[in-house]
Order: sequence, then structure tokens, then C-alpha cells
Amino acid sequence: MEEFIQQLINGISLGSIYALIALGYTMVYGIVKLINFAHGDIYMVGAYLGFFAIAILGWPFLPSLLMAMAVCAVLGVVIEKLAYKPLRNAPRIAALITAIGVSLFLEYSMMLLVKPEVRSFPQVLSDVQYNLFGSLVISSRQVIILVVTIALMLLLQYIVHKTMIGKAMRAVSHDKQAAQLMGISVDNTISFTFAIGSSLAAAAGVLVGIYYNAINPLMGIMPGLKAFVAAVLGGIGIIPGAMAGGFLLGIVEAMVSGYGKSLYRDPVAFIILIIILIVKPAGLFGKNVREKV
Amino acid sequence: MFQRKIGKQIAILAVLIIFWASVQAMVGLGIINPYYELNLILIGINIILAVSLNLINGFNGQFSLGHAGFMAVGAYGAAIITLKTQLPFGLALLFGALLAGIFGILVGLPTLRLRGDYLAIATLGFGEIIRGVIVNIDYIGGAYGLSGIPKLTNWTLVFWLTVLTVIVIANFVNSTHGRATISIRENEIAAEAMGINTTKYKVMAFSIGSLFAGLAGGLHAHYFYTIQPGTFNFLKSFDILVMVVLGGQGSITGSIIAAVGLTILSAALQKLAALRLVIYALLLVIVMLFRPQGLMGTKEFSLKMFRRKTKDKEGKQHGTAIGQ
Amino acid sequence: MALLSVSDLSISFGGLRAVSNLNLELNKNDLAGLIGPNGAGKTTAFNMLTGVYLPTEGDIKLDGKSLLGLKPYQINHCGVARTFQNIRLFGDLSVIDNLKIAYHSHAKYGVWGAICRLPGFYSGEKEMYEKSMELLKIFKLEHKWEELANNLPYGEQRRLEIARAMATQPRLLLLDEPAAGMNPQETHELMEMIHWIRDQFDLTILLIEHDMSLVMGVCEKIYVLDYGQIIAQGTPEEIKNNRRVIEAYLGEEAS
Repeated sequence: MEEFIQQLINGISLGSIYALIALGYTMVYGIVKLINFAHGDIYMVGAYLGFFAIAILGWPFLPSLLMAMAVCAVLGVVIEKLAYKPLRNAPRIAALITAIGVSLFLEYSMMLLVKPEVRSFPQVLSDVQYNLFGSLVISSRQVIILVVTIALMLLLQYIVHKTMIGKAMRAVSHDKQAAQLMGISVDNTISFTFAIGSSLAAAAGVLVGIYYNAINPLMGIMPGLKAFVAAVLGGIGIIPGAMAGGFLLGIVEAMVSGYGKSLYRDPVAFIILIIILIVKPAGLFGKNVREKV
Repeated sequence: MFQRKIGKQIAILAVLIIFWASVQAMVGLGIINPYYELNLILIGINIILAVSLNLINGFNGQFSLGHAGFMAVGAYGAAIITLKTQLPFGLALLFGALLAGIFGILVGLPTLRLRGDYLAIATLGFGEIIRGVIVNIDYIGGAYGLSGIPKLTNWTLVFWLTVLTVIVIANFVNSTHGRATISIRENEIAAEAMGINTTKYKVMAFSIGSLFAGLAGGLHAHYFYTIQPGTFNFLKSFDILVMVVLGGQGSITGSIIAAVGLTILSAALQKLAALRLVIYALLLVIVMLFRPQGLMGTKEFSLKMFRRKTKDKEGKQHGTAIGQ
Repeated sequence: MALLSVSDLSISFGGLRAVSNLNLELNKNDLAGLIGPNGAGKTTAFNMLTGVYLPTEGDIKLDGKSLLGLKPYQINHCGVARTFQNIRLFGDLSVIDNLKIAYHSHAKYGVWGAICRLPGFYSGEKEMYEKSMELLKIFKLEHKWEELANNLPYGEQRRLEIARAMATQPRLLLLDEPAAGMNPQETHELMEMIHWIRDQFDLTILLIEHDMSLVMGVCEKIYVLDYGQIIAQGTPEEIKNNRRVIEAYLGEEAS
């Protein structure tokens, strides 16, 4: 039982990261129907920005986090304008391939820029281990990850449901043309969606750097794919779905690592993906829609 | 129109034999050094991979991102036969290819009911699952892979198997079964209403494509001595995809041209390491932005193309209607 | 015995009962029309007849054999072919390839024959080409056989869709708004053609149409659907004078 709760704690920390990345995937998919493969790499860029601010500039944690989020928001918007916008009316496969291209571009440009080796993140936050009920261990970093994640999720919920731009986002994802006729600027709304999604990924990147202490230019590939699995699991395009999917996947992975063989961690995530795609492609929170004949 | 054109076929065969023999002679005389020979073999393997993926992505219109997974199945299948049994190499290759084809059916049956991006992500997932399972089987070397595979792949074998792959896939595509396959890309609902068993043809195209990916994997394994699960990752699937997209989804000759061009480009950029992939990525994005249909679109390269063009020009000059 | 008999066919989407208790009887060689206001459930009925949707209740029998639960391609193999309201051609393929694909179920050679180019391949291809050209002649499209389907003008695309359905060699042909978007001249020609193919190919035809002149001119038997239910059936004369039909189309006050 204790082992179970310990893995649950670890899973929630990992799941926070997945959930933050998955939110960007799901919002972008909801609004432009594109699997933004480059999203995992934005997370990587965020981690490097955090590293740069903390290790080189010597900034404290919070300003570093905000700076990484801001820069990645701009990066996300630029990518959308340059690579995806011209393809908005092209076949979706063309956009998907472009996204893969952008992803590779970010990975290997970063590799050229910072060299491929793994960097260790400086200890910006003291790592205190708290013992709960005897043998359970929770670290202060795990607490910070969870707190930051929940704060960002609440902020996102506020933006999406209570602000004008949030309403515009929901309107555009529902029906682009109708939204346009109602005077909503579709371009701005899409840009804003990319900005928010990218900044959340950047936050996840900085948090991961702090949690695992190591970053490298290809670090975004697997978490990116896993976060996509999380988004599909919750129902792609659905914000609470991405959150739930992220946590669920994190917990499942922690359980598999804890009880089984850790090498099975990656296949398990994809097996979940396949099962959900076949059994309920609309995801746990979604409704099935079929093509009109 | 509906007879075997024996003359044309003999001519093509003659050209192929002359090409093969002259390369073979140059290898023998040392004019083609081992480095060039390596690249010729890579070109052949890449053509097999690109043309077979094109059957799935281009002709059938299904979007697979897991081709490297089937290549892995073929590579491991063939390598196990040569390493653990005394059977001849030909049987090992055949076993690897058939195993990959069977995997294609097993993966295709559940996933091919998905569409578009969902299918892409599901095949990507399956590619990763195949790799993840290989990593966890100690009998086949786990994460370290298999090594000491005898070098049995040579230029002659690669050349003729590439020719065989292209002929089989071209003949399939240019038949009623190929048209049924293509009709699914064009409009799946209409295809089914016109009596096409869409599931059957999707799975068939997927497993034929996988079978040849497995063949390429077997050839690969027996040229490079060692195989590791990491060799057949998502990036490898992506490499193959770039060839198909660049050449034109739905054009066999396009895939061949792209496979040749990109293999040479990749060899030339080898020293640049990371920059090679940056250039690759930019190339891909630029092609998508400015020529999403790729080099050839769905057309095939043929000498007739030039004839048709000159005719068109004459027609326009005389102001007559053309195209009947 | 009726060729097609539909009994108490119903379907619900969520809470909405899109078609309820639909009953149809078509005898061999009938040329019948299914009309009704927008959203009455006409296309939904076609989709059930062709296996795209699975009805929640009721039965569909073709020549006494139930089509229920069969997939669309199996229903096509039983002898039911259709066209679509929003044209669904194989747009990037040539006109003749569109027909050859529809002939596929009657192809005379297998996958091995194709890959190995056995003699059966050549004779099979020749036969498909000739049969397709014959059909194209009937539908006056033979001079365009090499063109891409997408490049045909609208009226010809509609004709090609009917030709393609005919290539599957059906006993029952379902036409979903065949005259949509056609001008009066084209509609008139289409009427004649529908009559002609019915006689020539010994067909039974059921069509959905908004163009009343076409329906009244060509159909011998008309079913009127409103809110998912049949409200009237009979000859064009009877339908023209039916109070409920007029109400459905014009609203109650107008009657």
C-alpha cells in the first residue's frame, strides 16, 4: 500500500508535466485541427531558456520560469505564422508533415547551438525530502511542480471561461466561419492559442529541468509524444480531458516503473494510445462524431 | 494496349542488366570504392522502403508513421534465422519479409479503421511498441541489439530485389486491385458504395508495404553486421516519409528519384551531423509550403511526358483543342 | 414479389428519431420517387438502405433476402448501387478509371494475376475497358474518357456518377438528387436518360429529388416523407392533390 501511494506521488509529478504539455496539444488541435508535433520541442526550448536564465544569468526560479514562458509564447506564434498559417486550407496531412519538419528543425538547430550533450540543471531550489507517515517520501520539488501546475491550470480555466479572448478561442474552435462573421479575428485567436499552449509547454520544460536536473536537445520527443497520448486519452480538443489524461498517464507510467520493468514504460503509454483510439477514439471526455454522408 | 509488350519489356530488362553489370564490373575493377558501393546499397534499400511506404501513404491514402517498425521486424526476423539456424540467406530474407507482412496485417486490422491524423499517431505508436517490445526481449539482444550478423547483402542482391519490389508494387498499382486501393484515397465512402471492400484493401496495401519494409530491414541487417532497436526509431520512419512526400505521394518514380537524391544528399551532408537534419527539416517544410504535392505529384515519370508536352505546345500554337 | 421491401424502418440519433416506421415496396422495374421537405430524412433512408447507417428498428429485404447488418460493399454486391447528394467521384482519377473501379467486383483476375501479369490480367483489363467505354457511350461521356473527373462540368459529373453506379451492375439503383444544380435543359435530358436506362437495363430505380418537374415527369410512384414519416404515397396525380403533402410543403395556412 505504501509503495502504491509512493508511486502515486511520483506519478502525479510526472503527470503534471504531461498535463501541461498536453494542454497545448489539445488547444491547438481544438482550434486548427493540427497535431503540432513541434510542441514537444517548444517544451525543450523552454527547458533550455530556464537553464540559461538560472545557470548563466543567475536569476531566481520564478523570473526564469516567466521569461521562458514569454519567449516560448513568441516562438509558438512565430512558428504558427511562418509554417502553419499558409497551410491552413491545405490537406491536413501537409500540415502534419510540416509540423514534423518544424519539430526536427527545432531539435537539431538547438543541437547546433548548444551541442548535443546533456546539461545538468543548477540546484536553484533546495531539495528537501519530507517524510509522510513514516516511509513515504515527497520532495519539495514535487510539491513545487504540483503547485505551479495547478496554478497554471486554474489560470488557464479562468482565461478560457471568463475572458473575451477565451470566449473567442472557444468560438473559433467550434466554428471558424461563424466566429469570423461574429467579428472575431480568427488569426489573432489562433495566435493567442499557440502563445498560451507554448508558454505552458515552456513551464513544463523548466519544471522538468528542476525535477530531473538534466536536459538535452532531444528531450522533447518522448514527453511530446506521451503528452499527445495524454491529450488523446482525455479527448483531444477538450481542456479538462488533457489535464485528466496527463495525470492518468503519469500515474500509469509510475506504476509500471514501480511494479514492473521500467523498460516497459514507453510501450505501455503507446498501448494505452492504441486501445483508446480503437475503443473510444473521441477519448474519455469526448463524444463520437461521424462523417456526414 | 492490352497485350504484353514484349519488346518494351526486353528493352527495359536489357537496360537493367547493362546497368547492373557495369556497376558490378566497376566494383570488381575498384573504380567504385567500398564507400560508393555502400551508398549504392543504401540507395537500393531506401528505394524499397520509399516505394513500399508510398503504396500505403500515397496510393492508399492512409498515413503511416511507423514504417521503421516493420523494417525492424524484418531485420530481426532475418537476422535471427541466419544467426540461430543454418538456413540459407534467401530463406532468412523471406522469413523476415513475411513476418513483417504478418505484423502489417495484425497492426493494420485494428488501426486502419482510424483516419488521417489518428491513424498517423496510431501507426507511430505501433512503431514505438514494436521497438519497445524488442528492447525487452533478451533473446534478441534487448537494448544492445544483435551483432555479428554475417555480411551477406551485396550489390547484386540489393539491385535485383529493388527491381523486384518496384515491379511487384507497380504491377499491383496498375491493376484493378490497385485502382480499388487508390479509390479509397479518393473517396472512401464512394469506394465502399461501389462494392470495394475497403477494409480488405487497406489491410492488403498496408501488409504488402510492411512486407517490403521487412525485406529492406533484412538487407540492412546483413550489410551492417549489427542492428539495434534504436536504429528503427521514429526518425527512421520520418526519413522514409520525407522521400515519399518529396517524390510525390502516389508516384513510384517520384519515390525512386527522391530516394536516390536524398541518399546522395544525406551522404554528402554526413560530416555536418546535426546540420544535415536541419537542412532536411527545412527542405521538408519548404516543399510542403510551396509544392505540397511533391516533385511528381501522382504522375509517373516517363518518356511520353516529354512527347505529350511538345504536342501540347504545338496544339496551343495552332489554337486547336487538345486532350481528347 | 416485391424486389425491395422495407418494413417499419426506423433510426434514432441520440434522442432524435430521424426516420420512423418507413414502409416501402418496390416491384421490379418500378421507377419511384422519394420526396419531402429538407431534413425530412430522405438521405438518411438511403443511407440505411445502403448500409451506411444501421437502422435501430425494422427490416430491409431485397428479393426476400435481408440486407440488415451488411456492410455497404456487401449491399452493393447484392445489387444495390447509389449516387450521392454531394457528388463523390474519384476526383483525381480519369473518367474511365472511375468506371473501372466500379467494375472491380466483377474483375476476372486476382492479385497474383496482377502482380505476375498472367494472361488473365490482359484479357480482364481489356474487358473492363470495353465495358466501361460502352457505358460511357450511353452516358455521352466517351469523348472525355481520359479527363480527370474533377475537371468535368457539374452536369457531366452527375451523369458520371450515375454511370459509375451502373457499372456495378445493380438491380436497384438509388439516385440522391440527380438533378441538383442542373439547368432545365439538362434536367429534361436526365429525365429521358433515367427512363431509358430503366428500360434498357431492366432496372428498378428509387430517386430522391427536389425538382418537382422531374419527379412528376418521370416517377410512376411517389412516396412523401415528412419529419421521418411517410405521409402519402401514390401516383403523381394523387400526390399533387393530396392535402397533407401540400401542407407539408407550403405550411398549413396555405392549404
